[in-house]
Parts: sequence; C-alpha cells; structure tokens
Amino acid sequence: MSMNLEREKATLPLSESADAKSPILPKILLGITIVLILTAIYLTFMYADIEKTMGVVQKIFYFHVGSAATAFTAFFVTFIFSILYLVKRKRIFDTYASVSAEIGLIFTTLVLTTGPIWAKSAWNTWWVWEPRLTTTLILWFIYMAYMMIRQMDGVWDKKARLCAVFGIIGFTDVPIVFFAIRWWQTKFHPIVFGNGVSQKGGGIADNMLVALIVSIFALLSLYTYLLNRGVEFENMKIKVDQYKEKLREDLEN
Amino acid sequence: MIKTAFLLAKKDLYSELKTKQVLTTMIIFAGLVILVFSFAFDPANNTTKAVIPGVIWVIVVFSGILGLNRSFLSEQRNDTMQGLLIAPMDASSIYLGKFLANFTMMLVVELVSIPFLFLLFDFKIIGSIPYFILIMFIGSFGFISIGTFLAALAANSKSSEMLLPLLLFPVTSPILIGVVQATRIILTNMEKFSSALAWIQLVSAYDVIFFVLCFLLIEYVLEV
Amino acid sequence: MIEIKKLTKQADNKLILRGIDLSIEKGETVAILGPNGAGKSTLLKVLATLIKPSSGLVKINGLDLKKNHLEIKKLFGYLPHSSLLYDHYSPLENLVFFGKLYGVTNAEERAIELVKEVGLSFFLNEPVKNFSRGMIQRIAIARSIVHEPELLLLDEPHTGLDQGAISILNNVILSMKAKGTTTLMVTHDFKQAAEICDRIIIIKNGKLVDDFKLEDRALNLVSEKYQLQVEGVS
Ligand SMILES: Nc1ncnc2c1ncn2[C@@H]1O[C@H](COP(=O)(O)OP(=O)(O)OP(=O)(O)O)[C@@H](O)[C@H]1O
Ligand SMILES: [Mg+2]
Repeated sequence: MSMNLEREKATLPLSESADAKSPILPKILLGITIVLILTAIYLTFMYADIEKTMGVVQKIFYFHVGSAATAFTAFFVTFIFSILYLVKRKRIFDTYASVSAEIGLIFTTLVLTTGPIWAKSAWNTWWVWEPRLTTTLILWFIYMAYMMIRQMDGVWDKKARLCAVFGIIGFTDVPIVFFAIRWWQTKFHPIVFGNGVSQKGGGIADNMLVALIVSIFALLSLYTYLLNRGVEFENMKIKVDQYKEKLREDLEN
Repeated sequence: MIKTAFLLAKKDLYSELKTKQVLTTMIIFAGLVILVFSFAFDPANNTTKAVIPGVIWVIVVFSGILGLNRSFLSEQRNDTMQGLLIAPMDASSIYLGKFLANFTMMLVVELVSIPFLFLLFDFKIIGSIPYFILIMFIGSFGFISIGTFLAALAANSKSSEMLLPLLLFPVTSPILIGVVQATRIILTNMEKFSSALAWIQLVSAYDVIFFVLCFLLIEYVLEV
Repeated sequence: MIEIKKLTKQADNKLILRGIDLSIEKGETVAILGPNGAGKSTLLKVLATLIKPSSGLVKINGLDLKKNHLEIKKLFGYLPHSSLLYDHYSPLENLVFFGKLYGVTNAEERAIELVKEVGLSFFLNEPVKNFSRGMIQRIAIARSIVHEPELLLLDEPHTGLDQGAISILNNVILSMKAKGTTTLMVTHDFKQAAEICDRIIIIKNGKLVDDFKLEDRALNLVSEKYQLQVEGVS
C-alpha cells in the first residue's frame, strides 16, 4: 500500500515550483500598475493639450492605442508560449498562453468599443473599415475561435496542443491581415507618427506623445499583473482538481 | 510521401465517385447561392455585374466549407482515422492526401458553377480569362490548404461543423480580400492590371507561408 | 520483442495505467485479462502508437516507441474494437488500399487470398456497409494482418464471431505463431485464451497483478487465478 502511494506521488507532480515563487511579485506589480495608471490619467487629462478639431473626445485616443498595443502584446505572448508548449509540453506554458489570450481578448474588445466612439467624433460615423480597426476586429474573431477550441471537451493536453497550434496560425496571420486590409482601404486613419509635427497634418505634440507612452506602459503593466494573477488562479484550480482526484482514489482503495 | 498522399487522395475521390454525396451537395449548394443572389440583386439591373466577383468567392467559400467539413468527419465512422494513424506514414502525408482530394473537388465545383453563374447573370468577361483561372487556382489553393488543416483541427470537437467556419473565416480573410479585389479588376477593369498583379502576389505569398506552416504543424494536430 | 518499463498513462488527473513493467519474448502468445475499465485497451493503444504514454519506456524490437514510430508501425497489426474499414468499399478494395498503404508488393493477390482465408470470397465485391457484425469482424482481422506483421495486437478479437470464424481466427493466430509472430490479445473469453495462449497477464486498476505461463490449455488454472485476483479478497 505504501509502495502504491509513493508511485502515485511520482506520477502526480503537483506543480509546486510555479507558485512557490515569491509572493511579493504580484504586490510590486500591483503597486507599479496603480502608480502608472494614476500618472497616465493625470497626463492624459491635465498635461496633454486638448486636440484642436476633436476636443476632449480625443482623450480616448490614449486609452484606445494603449489597449491595442497591450492586446497585440498579449497575443504575441500567447504565440511565444504556444511554441514553447509544443516544444516542451509543460502545462505551465499552456496556462500562460491561455490566460494571455483571454486578457488579450478583453483588451481587443476595449479597442473595438473605443474605436467607434473615436470614429463618431472624428469622421461622424460609428464604424469605419479602416485597416487597424478592421484588423483588430479580425483579431477579435481569431481569438474568439481560440477560446472556442478551449471550450472543447477532452483531456487538457489535447486542448492545449490544438490551442497552441491555432495560437501559432492565428498570430502568423495578423501581419498578413493587416497588410491586406491596408491595401484594401487606406482612406481614414490619421498617420499619427511620421512626418509633420504640425497638429493639422495629423502629427502629435510632444506632451501628447508623453501621455501616450505612459498610457501604453500603464496598460502593459496592468496586463502583466493580470497575467500573473490569472496564471496563479489557474494553477490553483489545477491543484484543487488534483487533490480532488487523489482524495477520490484514496477513498476508493 | 507523395505516393502515399496520392493513394489517400485516390481513396477519397474514388469513394466520392461511388457515393457522389459530397460533390452533389456542394454543387447544388452553389446553385442555391446563385439563386439567392438573383433574389437579392436584380439580375436585369446592370449594377449587379459589380457584385459578381464577390459572388464567385461566396460560392467557393460556402460550398468549400461543406466539403472540408466532411473530409475528416468521414474518417470517424469505424474509426478509420486510427487505421491511417497506425499506418507507416507521416502525418503530413495524410494532410497532403486530404488536401489533394479537397482541392480536386473544389475545382470540379468551380468548373461547374462559375460558367453557370456567368450564364445566368449574362456576364461578359472583358478581362483576361487565363488570369481569371490563375486567380481561381491560387485562391482555392490557399483556402483549401488552410481549410483542410483547420478541418483536421476542428474534427477533434463534437460540434466540428459549427467550429470550422469560426476558425476558417477570420484566418482566411486576407485571401478573400485579395482574390475578390483581383477578380474584380481582372473581370471588369483591366486598366488597373498592375494592382491585380500585386494582389496575386500577396495571395501567393499567403499560400506559400500557410502551406508550409500547415505542413509543419499538422503533426501536432494529428498527434494522439 | 516488447519491453515496457514503468509505463503510466494519465488522462487529466485520472491515472489509467499506473506503472506497468512487462517484457514479452518473440513468438509468445499472450492473453491480457482483466475486468472492464482496467486499462487493457489503453495498454494496447499505447503499443499501437495511438496513445502517448505519460511516462515510462516502451521498446518494440529494440526500437524506442517515441523515436522510431515509422519503423514500429510497419511491425505490428492492430485490431481494435472498431473495424477500421471504409463502409462504401468492398472487402477487396479495403484490403488493397491498406495493403498499398503498408507497401505490400502484390496487394491485390494478397487481398484475395486473405478474403478467401476468412471465408468470405463470395462477398469479395459487396460493399462492407451491408455486412453483419461477424462478417465485418472477419474482414477486420484480415485487414490487421494484410502486411504480415511480426506483432499482433488484438482487442477482443472473438466478439461477434461464430464457431467457424473463431476456429479460423485461432488458426490464423497459430499459423502466424509458427512463423514467429508475437501475439498480444485482450479478451474476456477464458476458453479461447486457454486454447491458444501460452502466457496470461491479468491487469486490474491499471496495474499488472498476475503474470504466469500456461501449459496444456489449463482453463481451470486461468479461471482460478482470475477469481483470486479480481473477485477474491484483495
Ligand atoms: N480518453 C479517455 N479519457 C478519460 N478516460 C479514459 C479515456 N479512455 C479510457 N479512459 C478510462 O480508462 C480506463 C481504462 O479504459 P480501457 O478502455 O483501457 O479499459 P478496458 O480494460 O479495455 O475495459 P473493457 O474490458 O471494457 O474493454 C477506464 O476507466 C476509462 O474510463
Ligand atoms: Mg477494452
């Protein structure tokens, strides 16, 4: 009997290493995130100029672009962890990939909701088939599909494998989608960066740029914090499941 | 590997020849799409001609997805997929075989339905037919190659018929944008030919990238 | 022929196989017995490369299951619960297809010969979908040996077979044994197990609980040991 239990222990490696890390990290992340977000809010509303033609609504721009950058980063992280999973087959990689995709999806949704608000005030229409916005829409569909694969029934390693494959395919698609849509429709979006500092040419003032960069970093650190928490939560769930199964088996024998 | 792939494709096509189930369904479906479009857009109206390039690809996409759905589901009966998996060949051979079979069926459907469409809508091609055929070929190639791959992926799900379109449409959106634009230019407005050529290049690049990627990744999809 | 060390298989958190050690010599005919859900089919699937083991080592003919799967796939013939046959195809077409897939040189002749061997030459060109269960099982057996494998993995091969077919199957196994083929057979039919096998393995709850040699078709011995291990006090 004791032999038995030992063997079971050997085959059910509870992933201790993952959350045995310092519990300080999430707190530090949370601190940084809060500070950055507060700074970003201050810079956005107090420091940066009010844009000439659009007025206050333009403030949404910082959040819009920040969310887009964060979503894109999140999907890139999913892509990297998908490759890592296929090579190493460690559950932790799959957890990171899946949590990151989920957060990315949330940020994509934010981009898609703030986009129309921007569009309404800038071009007086709720939706424009503008390359970046359309690419984001397609991204949203791709990662919704990714979530559908996760909803599949079956053992976790099958789902993890298929999700990883789709995570790779989906992300490879992104630049091509963007390129295609850009060719297809290039009427609307202001080319924010690039030549022309003059406000009218769609350029960006220095103080605006600072606000934008801080906003991006604030959202990125929020993403990191969420990722850390999400992965911890998933690990906890996995662990509970393992204990449950172990308990059931002990009762059986 | 090529030989095995041909053997598998032959098996599928021969089976299709016997039952004619999938091909008939696809062609009838294509006909229905044309019918629905004639209701939606008045065939007598001249502006309708402008939507024809789009309709062509709607036919390809929707009838294609019917065939793609069947291609791996048909292997579930009697677990014949297991029979293929235990045979001494690489996963890529299975993929290649299925791709060849699906692609052949897709071409047959296009060959039947597109002339039919032109006929019904009294569409006169003013552009170049060889280029039109080229576009049909590379567009279908890309759509079916990634479609076959995602069909293999979706086949793991209980509701794979519903899952496949959700996976396939967003991923193939660049192809669809590209081929519709190129088809429109080739069929109606040869002056912008250089821009059509650029689209053809984009779609070809997509085809190559994804065919290679699918080839590399199919091993993980069919793994047990 | 087969070398299994500390093999485990885990589906989500459930352990299906919990550390199996087994070694089988070339030419042995081994029956695997055990209650429902013990993990017998799973073990066979691992050997047939249809399931990846969670941990442990499996070697067939000295080839590692993980690395040399192409070579190993040529070695074995696998007969699972389902027939692995294409419904719209006749026995001949099915067998020719699988023969070619395995690179059998004269696939056509081999197919005809096999169909004759399982006693269905009369139905050579009928589509399989019209067949009865026993007839399908006969063709499925023919399918699994189309490439003259060195290792036979049979999962309850006797289900649905009539007396004639059972003796055909037993003859096939015995004649392949004479040629040096190793056979692993999962079965619930002690009589057939005692009839053709020279070694019995009992699996219970994912573990190997008994392993003994059998002589003179001692059916009593098999039932006795099985009772002791499975139904008796544990
Ligand atoms: N894909 C799977 N996911 C989860 N559990 C599985 C899976 N396949 C098998 N099992 C479980 O593994 C155990 C062993 O199954 P297996 O089919 O090997 O049993 P068996 O010994 O062949 O039984 P039988 O005599 O009924 O054929 C069962 O408890 C079953 O529930
Ligand atoms: Mg079984």
